[in-house]
Amino acid sequence: MSEKKILLECKNLMKYFETPRGMLHAVDDVTFRLEEGKTLGVVGESGCGKSTLGRTILRLLPSTGGQIIFDGKDITKLPDKEMLNLRKQMQIVFQDPFSSLDPKMTVSQIIEEPLKIHKLYNSKEKMSERVSELMEIVGLDDRYVNTYPHELDGGRRQRIGIARAIALNPKFIVCDEPVSALDVSIQAQILNLMMDLKEELGLTYIFITHDLSVVKHISDEILVLYLGKMVEKTSSDRLFENPLHPYTKALLSAIPIPDIAFKGKEAQVMKGEVTSPIEPPEGCRFASRCPNATERCFKVSPEFKEVEEDHFVACHLYE
Amino acid sequence: MGEKLLEIKDYSVRFTTDKVISRAVSHVNLSVDKGEVLGLVGETGAGKTTTALSVMGLLPKYAVETEGKIIFDGQELTGMKERQYRNIRGKRISMIFQDPMTSLNPVFRVGDQIADVIKIHNPKISQTEVNKRVDDIMRMVGIAKERKSEYPHQFSGGMKQRVMIAIAIAGNPDLLIADEPTTALDVTIQAQVIKMMRSLQKELGSSVILITHDLGIVANFCDKVAIMYAGEIVESGTLEDIFDKSREHHPYTEGLFASLPNITERTERLTPIKGLTPHPSELPAGCKFHPRCPKCSEICSQGDTPPQKQKETHMVQCHQIHEEEM
Repeated sequence: MSEKKILLECKNLMKYFETPRGMLHAVDDVTFRLEEGKTLGVVGESGCGKSTLGRTILRLLPSTGGQIIFDGKDITKLPDKEMLNLRKQMQIVFQDPFSSLDPKMTVSQIIEEPLKIHKLYNSKEKMSERVSELMEIVGLDDRYVNTYPHELDGGRRQRIGIARAIALNPKFIVCDEPVSALDVSIQAQILNLMMDLKEELGLTYIFITHDLSVVKHISDEILVLYLGKMVEKTSSDRLFENPLHPYTKALLSAIPIPDIAFKGKEAQVMKGEVTSPIEPPEGCRFASRCPNATERCFKVSPEFKEVEEDHFVACHLYE
Repeated sequence: MGEKLLEIKDYSVRFTTDKVISRAVSHVNLSVDKGEVLGLVGETGAGKTTTALSVMGLLPKYAVETEGKIIFDGQELTGMKERQYRNIRGKRISMIFQDPMTSLNPVFRVGDQIADVIKIHNPKISQTEVNKRVDDIMRMVGIAKERKSEYPHQFSGGMKQRVMIAIAIAGNPDLLIADEPTTALDVTIQAQVIKMMRSLQKELGSSVILITHDLGIVANFCDKVAIMYAGEIVESGTLEDIFDKSREHHPYTEGLFASLPNITERTERLTPIKGLTPHPSELPAGCKFHPRCPKCSEICSQGDTPPQKQKETHMVQCHQIHEEEM
């Protein structure tokens, strides 16, 4: 195997938030490498820190500890001015199309904004040409060009967000639940589009989602997070064939399969809900919901290590 | 065949504004038997929620024209007086709304919000009886009764949805309309909620209309399915009719299945349906799906809606389908 270029590397990345009740461990000790042109899927439930991870990598949030290395350069402490320039190469598609679009700007103004900030076009005609092109790519009807976000449904709003992110032809995009708000037929269009763009422009994605069938489809590798901790990481195919961590297993069995052959197959319903990430207890953070938990799991935090080739898991069962 | 609880007959809804007429629902025929779970599947703007709101009698009073009939347990709901409707809405038919985060009142305790429904529909009930009923209902949806004095913001998304379900079943409805009840939830929480709804449905024997875009949930939970596109039912039938891949289906249904990323096999590329859902004010002539349809021929773009082909319980509204292969 030839040595591929690593575009992004995170080393022991941490992001804590101070809250009145103590430290909230949103992202705790996350380490991975992402090759250029690959897609890393980040999966987990609400509150597991997947969005925070994405934002910390882009320096939209300052990290608490660890390193972010982008394109061979440590950007953890890069000054804002240099960071601005770098942002042309790193973009994000936000999760919530309701709060990530300025309600006082029209669709074309929103898509134009990054082009203006980075002064990419000097004539109005070229700019509006590019806007129409971007709108077509993301499947937005031309007649919406002068409408405001509040006039559009969630799906169309999310398309504006996607158009805005790809406007600068970036190298790397953090996709934070970009298709969760879209209908399935449209979701498939967008997923295909994102895969096409990846091929054509050599994009690298971090694809954050809670939808496992989507993540399987689009990712080369998958990282499963639980309460800010990495619990499992391996190739997309392997994760679905042979999930090791009890949490991953529960997640996979909870997916409703659109086939009546699976009807009546009881999902392995997990008890309880995600516990608080504020001052999490020692030991495995999943222990209180885990069907296989032993006394040790509540006391000692399991190490994240390779149990078979290219398959990492943090669980005492595999020691 | 069971006893019919709800029948929607040739029902249409049009929204009219200054110049634009939006045909949100066109000539819909649906029926739900007692104890049956109907899945109403379709994408944004297909008219699912408008249909549901029509059954609830909650369409806005202005700018709306409706045609056709909705019959619930022998009574005609269309054109019913508001005062009469209040005896049905919330008590005999109730609805779970899509977004539990915004559908609960943030300034009332959840226990009181559940109690309200019980009190409104049973004006003579004593407070002790109300409290007992609230406790019962909270147990049924799996919330510890100690939490009834908490406010919605203290609940997680999944727990809020349970509160919504508790409010919906508080009146012991015969028909429960669940509008995307799990869309806002995580998969593991969704699995909990679906499991709970399934056991509730068995326990109470209610009929359910489950509005969803998730064919996975439909396969797990429903007895009957109706696929909606641009305000019309394009295909309907039993679960087997719709999910049996060896039979012919409406091209839209096929498109929906092909759009889903497959969890059990690796597919290199999804096959999306080309184009966009038409705006209800600019519906095409002929078959509403023809501009996006891979099987479209000349006849599809002409005249009215295509004929409905029927084979036993299976209905497909398409020119290109042959009854023998359904």
